[in-house]
Amino acid sequence: MPDGLTLNKITSQKGIGITEAARRVADLGWTPSYVKEAMAFPTDYKISKAPRDPMKQVLRSYFPMQEEKDNRVYGALDAALRGDMFRNVEPRWIEWMKLFLAIIPFPEISAARSMATLGQLAPGDDLRTGFTMQMIDEFRHSTIQMNLKKWYMENYIDPAGFDITEKAFGKCYATTIGRQFGEAFLTGDAITASNIYLQVVAETAFTNTLFVAMPSEAARNGDYALPTVFLSVQSDESRHIGNGHSMLMSVLKEPDNHLLLERDIRYSFWQNHMIVDAAIGTIIEYGTKNRDKNKESYAELWHRWIFEDYYRTYMLPLEKYGIKIHHDDVHEAFDSIVKKNYVHKIAQFFSAGWWANFWRIEAMTERDFEWFESKYPGWYDEFGVWWENYAKLSKPGSVPITFADTGYVYPHRCWSSLVPCVIREDFQIDEVDGELYTYASEVDRWTHKEAFAAEYQGRPTPAMGRFSGRRQWEEVYDGWDLADAIQDMGFVRPDGKTLVAQPHLSFEEKDMWTLDHVRGHTIRSPLLALREMTPQQRQAHVEEYRKGFKIRRV
Amino acid sequence: MTMQETETTSAAAGAKVFPGSDSRRYNYFEPKGRKATHYEDVTVDVQPDPERYLLQNWIISFGDGTPTYSKDWTALKCTDWHGFRAPDQEWERTHYQRQSTIVGMIQNVVENARRAGAPQRFDKAWVAVLQNHVGAFKHAEYGLGTALMRAQRYGYTQMVNNAILTNASYKLRFAQDLTLYLAEVGSDIGGFDLDAGKAHWLDDPIWQPCREAVEHIRAATDFLEQYFAVNLVFEPLVGELFRSGFVMQVAAAQNDFSTPSVISAAEADYERNLANAVELFALLLRDPAHGEDNRIMLQSWFTHHGGLAVKAALQLQPLWSLPRVKAASFADAFERARNRVAAIGREIGIDADLPALPPVEVGQVATPAAAAAAVTAPVNGAAAE
Ligand SMILES: [Fe+2]
Ligand SMILES: [Fe+2]
Repeated sequence: MPDGLTLNKITSQKGIGITEAARRVADLGWTPSYVKEAMAFPTDYKISKAPRDPMKQVLRSYFPMQEEKDNRVYGALDAALRGDMFRNVEPRWIEWMKLFLAIIPFPEISAARSMATLGQLAPGDDLRTGFTMQMIDEFRHSTIQMNLKKWYMENYIDPAGFDITEKAFGKCYATTIGRQFGEAFLTGDAITASNIYLQVVAETAFTNTLFVAMPSEAARNGDYALPTVFLSVQSDESRHIGNGHSMLMSVLKEPDNHLLLERDIRYSFWQNHMIVDAAIGTIIEYGTKNRDKNKESYAELWHRWIFEDYYRTYMLPLEKYGIKIHHDDVHEAFDSIVKKNYVHKIAQFFSAGWWANFWRIEAMTERDFEWFESKYPGWYDEFGVWWENYAKLSKPGSVPITFADTGYVYPHRCWSSLVPCVIREDFQIDEVDGELYTYASEVDRWTHKEAFAAEYQGRPTPAMGRFSGRRQWEEVYDGWDLADAIQDMGFVRPDGKTLVAQPHLSFEEKDMWTLDHVRGHTIRSPLLALREMTPQQRQAHVEEYRKGFKIRRV
Repeated sequence: MTMQETETTSAAAGAKVFPGSDSRRYNYFEPKGRKATHYEDVTVDVQPDPERYLLQNWIISFGDGTPTYSKDWTALKCTDWHGFRAPDQEWERTHYQRQSTIVGMIQNVVENARRAGAPQRFDKAWVAVLQNHVGAFKHAEYGLGTALMRAQRYGYTQMVNNAILTNASYKLRFAQDLTLYLAEVGSDIGGFDLDAGKAHWLDDPIWQPCREAVEHIRAATDFLEQYFAVNLVFEPLVGELFRSGFVMQVAAAQNDFSTPSVISAAEADYERNLANAVELFALLLRDPAHGEDNRIMLQSWFTHHGGLAVKAALQLQPLWSLPRVKAASFADAFERARNRVAAIGREIGIDADLPALPPVEVGQVATPAAAAAAVTAPVNGAAAE
């Protein structure tokens, strides 16, 4: 064929094309004949069709591209210091980075580990390079974030909380929620964890809020470092989303998998909503000093990225393959943000237990109130007095707000997502294997009782994960004095008495709370109390809990 | 007046002095040296565990109750898994810098060689070696890369897993380097068959023991057995033997100056990965409580994978007679490999002495039975020390 010959002649002087290169690389694999590889990672899915790699990935273009991205990131960090970024940055914002950056490197490296799973489970070798790049990307994300955190620690006025970061990650009631997210990437059924929960839902739906909305808000608070790092991180995600989609397409081919896909998309979407929206929603709405009324609220961002981009263009089309999609969950998740004040209630909870944190939360002020009221009409009525109380009780010697007579009812914790059950009317309880548990909503109850079980709708699911460990932080410290629990966690500054957490942003020693200021109050686990009740008492308690509360001025 | 009104003007370090205002180091781990390295800061304790510092333990388990990370994923035991630090100190930035430099170096070499028309001057017999045997060997590299990619899931600490992860990255890159290199120089040489390498890998008797050895590493269920078998057994006995002992020594005499450059990157990669692996296994053998049990386990892994690797190495012997200009001998190469593996064994504390190559005909040595007998035969002298 003359055309072919001509083309050959031209390309023979050049490197081989990307399609040919990817094809050659994929042909490195073979089916072993001497020893069969044992399938190390359990799954109840059947995968017979090899996933394809539409992105035609090869490592020799990958490494230089990533090095170049890195150079831009590290150059920008140097420039931020030369530009004296920390003179003008908002401490309210950087404080929340103590929490966020304590959590995120673990999910990142968990994602790296989980590529072991997908690389082994996927038939054929087409997508191996895609998984390899993702593995190295996630190693990149984890260590680049640890580096950013170190940089904050070295340059920000108050390093306390950054200095104990990975230890704090293992101790804190809030970071456990992040661990639920990260462990879910690599534990239990391999497809559920690494393909659906991580790639199809966390990366495809929620990384925009994590890695795009966060940077925008950072920049509004004078933090130019976080955007540099996180937009660079996000630039890797389109490849991961592509990996996830290719893998999903091969999983979909097997009709037997459809029931499990329905289960896993449902569980993953709901739990990602519970966890990511709680954390990122709070940081974006409450960690900012910027009250520009023209900027989008978290609810608006959510509608654009998750409802429009993800739900409408990614999740809905899966129906044509025969996967049942739970539309009501998506609407319910959105309603929880716009109508049920999910994010505001989480922020309220974070502030209610401020002494157990390893970062500072300052009170919201008039300027904040005004913005919240304009974006979420009715906000002041429900939350204004709470924050006024919080400001009033921020001086050392005040009673910790948790124990003040505000009418606030310390929440139960959801056994599935580990987020507190803050939307009171949605609170659920149920028994699993003869033990009583609490849940933030019906889908959370279903997640524990039906999804994370040995059987799903009559079908054996031996590979599915189980919830384990001492899941409720309050249970670990039930009956402990606040001061002892804080000391036990190590959330004390190097002087051995001043708390890392403070309910304000004053950097004067005289304004700072010490262990003595919080001593004399006892931590109680609401779940243990609930389990001790008689059925009648419990019934009454649940009804009362669902009614919610009204905050009184102290 | 409320607190948030008493703000300082700058949020920079040092703007105020208060408790904790000078606590500017990650203070939760013991650095290996006097001061924490950057690698340690971004690596240590990112993967936690109930000892460091999971108050609430792992919170999800597999269906059989195994937690997210388990010490039971290897037969080796360690009093403190957290003690390991990778000597290459690799984190993301250094990893990309190094990988990217290698990619650039290879691209330059290949471009220059091709621009100068070098591939057309390769000796004809050598072209067949590149096509069939370097082409086959790239699959071995790939197999080891995939084994390591799987293995990086299972370590008990971040330091162990990241060392294995970067090892996987190096191996998979090199397998691709070879693949694309052959495709590019091959396109300059008339009649170069790019599929021949895989055919030889799958069917040529010369490569079958090698494939068998790699498949055994891929199929091992203990991730540290995989890491050990790759770096302390297969690499010195087969990988280096083929790369340094054959290709790098022989190529120039066949007018091929580019292939050794491509291959040399893998030799440098291996030096780093070997250092990491030796550090880890030496630590495990020094362990006050489990050192002896670990030694017995490594010794048995050495017997198993060493037997397969020796068999693989011996079977490759005919390759040395293929080039027109004989620039190296198999016997010398194998002797170096034997010394190398013995030295590595001494470094970590196992007996890795193999018998010298028996002065017999290739065909005889290369039978599986003879090879297996060679490696399991009692060794004299050095072993006792
Ligand atoms: Fe990531
Ligand atoms: Fe990702």
